Amino acid sequence: MDIVVCVKRVPLTEEVDLVIDEQRKGIKKDQLAFVLNDWDNYAIEEAILLKEKHDGTVTAITVGNEDDEEVLRRCLAMGADRAIRIDVDDMGRFDSYGISKILSRVVKDLPFDLVFTGVLADDDYSGMVGMMMAEQLKINHANAVIAIEIEDGKARTTSELEGGLSEVSLIELPALLTIQTGINEPRYVSILGIRKAAKKELKVMDLSDLGISDEELSSRTIIEEVYLPPETEGAQILTGDADKIASDFLEILTKKGVME
Amino acid sequence: MSEVFVVVEHRLGEIRDITFEMLWKAGELAQEHSYGVTAILLGHDVNSIAGAISDRADKLITYDDERLKSFNADLYKEIIAGLIEESKPTLTLIGNTAWGMELAPCLAVRTGFPLATDCIDIDFKDGKLTVQRQMYSGKIYSNVSFSPSPGYLLTIRSGVFSKDRTGQRQAQIVQKDFPLKEEFLKKQFIEFAEAAAGEVDISQADLLVSVGRGIGEEENIALVKELADALNGILSCSRPIVDKNWLPKYLQVGSSGKSVTPKVYIAVGISGAFQHLQGITGAGTIIAINKDPKAPIFRAADYGIVDDLFKIVPFLKEKVLEIRKG
Repeated sequence: MDIVVCVKRVPLTEEVDLVIDEQRKGIKKDQLAFVLNDWDNYAIEEAILLKEKHDGTVTAITVGNEDDEEVLRRCLAMGADRAIRIDVDDMGRFDSYGISKILSRVVKDLPFDLVFTGVLADDDYSGMVGMMMAEQLKINHANAVIAIEIEDGKARTTSELEGGLSEVSLIELPALLTIQTGINEPRYVSILGIRKAAKKELKVMDLSDLGISDEELSSRTIIEEVYLPPETEGAQILTGDADKIASDFLEILTKKGVME
Repeated sequence: MSEVFVVVEHRLGEIRDITFEMLWKAGELAQEHSYGVTAILLGHDVNSIAGAISDRADKLITYDDERLKSFNADLYKEIIAGLIEESKPTLTLIGNTAWGMELAPCLAVRTGFPLATDCIDIDFKDGKLTVQRQMYSGKIYSNVSFSPSPGYLLTIRSGVFSKDRTGQRQAQIVQKDFPLKEEFLKKQFIEFAEAAAGEVDISQADLLVSVGRGIGEEENIALVKELADALNGILSCSRPIVDKNWLPKYLQVGSSGKSVTPKVYIAVGISGAFQHLQGITGAGTIIAINKDPKAPIFRAADYGIVDDLFKIVPFLKEKVLEIRKG
């Protein structure tokens, strides 16, 4: 069972004040911490769990600059066998379609039974790279997968739907699955673990060696402007000391009829 | 633009709300530009559900075939790609749902059309299409335009448009035959599965006290549970808590969990991802407790407490208990 997992390094934006950059095309990132995209963390864990059960290899792959290798090293420390980075300095050049083209081109030449991506990336929330790859690679696919069992060269997948419902399917391999959070419990990675994994292979590929024309990679979607959410009325914030806040809080509950 | 396509989403014999919402927006655009609204319905024994949309579109194209009994993204993609080639609609709208998120990117590659996902508004003026989306968990908005193309694909977020009708329409119904060979069936639908029911049904509760990622550690959930108990309310949670296996799935509020309708919903340490907010649109009053004043939950809440939950939640609990003794 050879599995390729496509991963992305994203900024951590929870409980952080985001600042729009001068061009108003993105956010200022120099003060932000970066992590492995949450969905991808589950995807790499799932690949390693399947490898532990069925043998084979796990390859982690990303498109980005040298800083982005940080997430590949994390994947290697978790148990991936090798990693590939396609060297791109200016990620703003590509939209999701361009990224899917680059990844598909590289994955096509790797041995694989399964390709995983996360359902979404926490930054652009576009959620299309995985399924675009499936179509480019002309392989079977399942979306928002929350359980996988391998049986007789097929994958029995459970996909999460809305409203607490899920859907079980049987698909022929090779296949691309987009992995949903909660499918497993990603293992802890220590600094020592990352240091130990430094010996594992991390290959850097040059975009120009892939033989994809600039035209094929040109963006189909253009971010015209980014901005902070429009002002709305929003919540009435309870102010004052803790006693005042508590009495206001209790008054609301009483008024709404839930304090008998 | 001549036509707007709307891909009808239905499940277990029912049209899903996102379909009505897309038809409403398609109707708005159609009125502005005098286009036609064309609904595309794929399924088996679809006559019973076709009636629910036939007065919301100008044309309803149906494919009724046993092989379309369950959703299959590849069959949908091939059939819709064929229709797009034939009719050349300027816009094709698909729900930003589990199924739509599988179909739309495949269809974008297949047709070569640009795709924007999870759109919350569509603007089409002077021949220029611009959509509004969110990034970074809803903390940033973006306006996105497209490279020139004969057609565009958009997936639409649930719950942002009205479910009402726009104008008077009566669809001309066009029944088509299943055009594909068997070889596309590489994925076999087995069954639907439902999340296990639990001891409590949060969709029936009058007061929910809900815990989110801000709680940090599993053992801290007790703080929120104690507040819920003091208030005689029920403990619920957001997705990250279930993902970490700290609480069971049946307590999860949101689009992939349960939609709830309490008189009061207290969100503790929940940032307010749209998937979560979609589950609380039916709540009477929402009170949010979060230390980040920019958290999207405050935009959805009626009242907010901007404070460290580890200080204010135990304090509120003590005050409630004082009154109870009182």
